[in-house]
Amino acid sequence: MTARSISYAQAIREAFAQLLAQDSRVFVIGQGLWSPWYVGTSMQDIDTEFGRERIIDSPVSENATTGAAIGAALAGMRPIVVHPRMDFMLLAVDQIVNEAANWHYMFNGRVNVPVVIRPVINRGGEQGAQHSQALHAWFAHVPGLKVVMPATPYDAKGLLIAAVHDGNPVVYIDDRWLYGEMGEVPEDPYSVPIGQAAVRRRGRDVTVVATSYMVVEAMKAASALEEVGIDAEVIDLRSVRPLDEATIFASVKKTGRLVVADAAWLSCGVGAEVAARVAGGAFEALRAPIGRVGLPDAPAPTSRALEDAYYPRAGQIVTEVRRLTGGGKSRDGVAVARGRH
Amino acid sequence: MLRTEDRVVLLRALYVTMVRMRGVEETIADLLEAKEIGCPTHLYTGQEAVAAGVCAALRADDYVFGGHRSHGHYLAKGGDLNALMAELYGKKTGCSGGRGGSMHLVAPEVGVLGTAPLVAGTIPIAVGAALASALRGDGRVTVAFFGDGAAEEGVFHESMNLAAHRKLPVIFACENNSYASHMHLLERRARDNIVASAEAHGMPGRVLDGNDVLAVLSAATEAVRDARSGAGPTLLECRTYRWRGHVGPALDFDVGVRRKDELCEWRGKDPVTRLAEHLLACGMTREDLDGVRRDVDAEVHKAVTFARESAPPEVESLTEHVYRSASERQG
Repeated sequence: MTARSISYAQAIREAFAQLLAQDSRVFVIGQGLWSPWYVGTSMQDIDTEFGRERIIDSPVSENATTGAAIGAALAGMRPIVVHPRMDFMLLAVDQIVNEAANWHYMFNGRVNVPVVIRPVINRGGEQGAQHSQALHAWFAHVPGLKVVMPATPYDAKGLLIAAVHDGNPVVYIDDRWLYGEMGEVPEDPYSVPIGQAAVRRRGRDVTVVATSYMVVEAMKAASALEEVGIDAEVIDLRSVRPLDEATIFASVKKTGRLVVADAAWLSCGVGAEVAARVAGGAFEALRAPIGRVGLPDAPAPTSRALEDAYYPRAGQIVTEVRRLTGGGKSRDGVAVARGRH
Repeated sequence: MLRTEDRVVLLRALYVTMVRMRGVEETIADLLEAKEIGCPTHLYTGQEAVAAGVCAALRADDYVFGGHRSHGHYLAKGGDLNALMAELYGKKTGCSGGRGGSMHLVAPEVGVLGTAPLVAGTIPIAVGAALASALRGDGRVTVAFFGDGAAEEGVFHESMNLAAHRKLPVIFACENNSYASHMHLLERRARDNIVASAEAHGMPGRVLDGNDVLAVLSAATEAVRDARSGAGPTLLECRTYRWRGHVGPALDFDVGVRRKDELCEWRGKDPVTRLAEHLLACGMTREDLDGVRRDVDAEVHKAVTFARESAPPEVESLTEHVYRSASERQG
């Protein structure tokens, strides 16, 4: 297997193509699948390659389309539903939460719903409040759903394949800000286990748990922090539900500090969940309050001037880490206390 | 045309199905009054001809989905009676292991892939099962059973459009019993015209006497034939009446005294009595009919005993089956 670098969008497309080629039960349904712009290059020409019987560009009917995927899954297929703006998926929440999530439990395991629901986060670009929301915490709240958020090309492919093989309803959330990210992706199909976080950078001083695109910003933040003598460990959560407590606890027990970086609102969000779990399971390791980075409590504005201020970047992670660590070394090289190391 | 003796066999089978539904529901009504059954239970009494007629037109491997009032659909498609009764008692031997209750019935071995109470919620799911059949070419037909209230939900229209556009093998079987919870149809709609949705969405629509099992069977047979041959979906609006209240055993508990006149009128159109009269005209004897009732009574009695004597689910199993496990996937 040759090591090769492809983009996140190409990795998604490759996963689709391999899933469709290998399993006749797999089909795709959703809005915009025959369109050149809805899902960027992540599914380009997939309809011409696999035919419009299996790649179904749907009516403007999110609830029925998602319900149809659920019904097809119950009847033995392996459908993937695409909602090219996560915001549009809200019209299908009834089917996702009331039906898909509950079905296996309320029928005592006698039927199951092997459906993948792929909403795309489309932040920025002056798209505004209804084309930009990152609502993974909502879905992660619900027992019966799994929620994954790949941040690398490797995971974009491996988690999609794992989601289709999982046997449960899986919400697979990709972010268009990641589509151009390059990374090594094996050509053969492979799965990334759902429910396992990945340590992207080893560090001693602080644990930064990040989701989706914020992993990119967290890695930039870690480089900036290195310059001021703070050694950050970056954990890519990958799976919001189930949540990999063990990897987070092990890291916090080593570093004693935690910042959670999530590109969604803070209230009742992933940061709150991770913070609560650490406070409950690794409290004695904490040497500082827990920090959180996320969106300000406002819908997304369209104006670029406001948008730039709205989305958290590496700088905010750096600021939050420095607040918790007592600052690290200042730029002029004067050492600042940062705990027992 | 069926030969006379074949016709009598068919009619007798329909009669057994309907008497069974009636016997089960009336027994459950007593058990609800006695508070032996605690889960919210929506009884099917009065509507038996719809489930019996539609399911008689189906193959064993065809799929059905239902809503909160689906004991009849489950039984007509061949679901196990003991497992139904045990489910109402919240027992481990119930069809959903006691996790579902009356509103969540399942019998995948006979094509009942699930019933769920949020009205119209299972309509798109039924369309999806039909989509699976269309993609696989397996020749199966799926029926979505739902009430007149569900026709007010947006997803009903979304689902009809999707099914008609792709010519999916699905039948929309609307049981119009005039009431959604406590409200009459004309308190909720500008017009009594559910069937008109069919034309709007590009499929045949038919209004049937839902208390005439032969009319239902005939229309369903045609709809099933069309669906199976690739001609696409049909909407069947079956006009019927529920004898009991929206939920529970009371006769007019939630819609007031004014329903009593209606109820008397509709009891005069009792689908079970009508079929019995038809059978008598075809040469069946009163004794034959009484025999059917006696057999059903004995069977229902045994089912109640089975349910009472079954064990409840273990408390330790509380959080099992939230997710399908890797070992289940391999199996």
